[in-house]
Amino acid sequence: MEFNVNSPILFVLVAIIILVVLGQSVFFLVRAIKRAKEIGMDMTVIKKTISSSAVFTIAPAISILVGVIALSKSLGIAIPWMRLSVIGSLSYETIAAGTTLEQVGSSVGTEVTDPSIFITVLWVMTLGIILGLILTPVLTKKIQSGMVKIEQKDKKWGDILSNAMFLGMISAFLGYVFCDVSLVFQGNTKGLIPVAVMFVSAVVMAVLGILSKKLNVRWITDYALPLSLIIGMASSIPITNWLG
Amino acid sequence: MKKEMTYLESVHKYGRIWGFVIFTLIMLFPLALSFIFQAIPDWAALGKGLISILPMYWAVGLVEVFTYVPMLGAGGAYLSFVTGNIANLKLPCALDAMEKANVKANSEEGEIISTISIAVSSIVTTLIIVVGVILIVPLTPILEADVLNSAFDQMLPALFGGLAVVFISKNVKLAIAPIILMLILFIFVPFLNASTVGIMVPVGVLFTLAVARILYKKGII
Repeated sequence: MEFNVNSPILFVLVAIIILVVLGQSVFFLVRAIKRAKEIGMDMTVIKKTISSSAVFTIAPAISILVGVIALSKSLGIAIPWMRLSVIGSLSYETIAAGTTLEQVGSSVGTEVTDPSIFITVLWVMTLGIILGLILTPVLTKKIQSGMVKIEQKDKKWGDILSNAMFLGMISAFLGYVFCDVSLVFQGNTKGLIPVAVMFVSAVVMAVLGILSKKLNVRWITDYALPLSLIIGMASSIPITNWLG
Repeated sequence: MKKEMTYLESVHKYGRIWGFVIFTLIMLFPLALSFIFQAIPDWAALGKGLISILPMYWAVGLVEVFTYVPMLGAGGAYLSFVTGNIANLKLPCALDAMEKANVKANSEEGEIISTISIAVSSIVTTLIIVVGVILIVPLTPILEADVLNSAFDQMLPALFGGLAVVFISKNVKLAIAPIILMLILFIFVPFLNASTVGIMVPVGVLFTLAVARILYKKGII
């Protein structure tokens, strides 16, 4: 078959893979809801979890779409669509594709016309991210039973342990927000943009938290995270104009 | 005697089956393309490409499994390591859901809430990307506009600003040391930036665990 980065057969194969991945999510969702009913969990909590997770996902999902568009210039639409719907993340895929294209004297901005190069790039992207997919089925059960054992041995420490892990991750990302702050010493205020955005989002979250307690309105808490995310992102537009 | 499977055991069983099926599909895909387009990979470029990215990617991949699986729960882990975007989407989504539902991460309720939240997030992401791919021609100029780009560049600060307020306000004593450490590292070590933050997550997690153990033994938390 004649090769083209947007050949219909690519879309058909990618659609099949994405359908299977979607099937996995639906399968686990249905089973989790069924189990929640069995053990008598409050169904309003389940419904709220579904709606707030869906709302929260919108902005990050659109940013993934931006990544698909960026990669589609060299690889067509089908491959970035699959790579970013299954495992991949934009930074990984851009580096994997870019490094391989460099080897053959091309770059991420130019459309690939040789099927052999196209397949080479796809192999590098695939093998680069495959480790997590191999290790998760092998290790998850062991890691999870380890966590459950700690929890059974010392309940209080079990709680502190998971909180400590969450905080460890959050602190790494808070550090990242400040990574370009030192540019200020060279008179460049660009590094302050993420700090200001983080601050706006934190204030929005704090105000929403206080409001929901004072007014006793539950839905504010349910949508506090997506709201602080969207308002924070929106604030970056004037903030970038000001500091950028 | 045949023992009935618990919910968690069944999650592991089906998680492994789905994982194996998807692994096979993803590996078969490039092979199928070779067959369809009658082309073989450029072996030299493939070798060089793999040598330059595999050591880093596989090291990060290995560390990510040990860091994120305990936080995601079993069902959440099987889904997240297939659909990706863990730190910037799935994990914050699950954390927020468990926090609001007031369930502990390692309880069965926590397992259920985390699975539901990550499954919904994966489905919504997939659907949004499908719509985007269909409408890619009219959407491209909008999504590539400078104004929107500056907003998407700041997604992580906007996300973690809100998330930090929730978790720090509940664990002030435990949060101080790791935040100070990370601020110092990121401000003064030039190597640490947007592309290396992934490596610092396990560092932050291990450090916070050590601090937590000390504070717990001393009876401070």
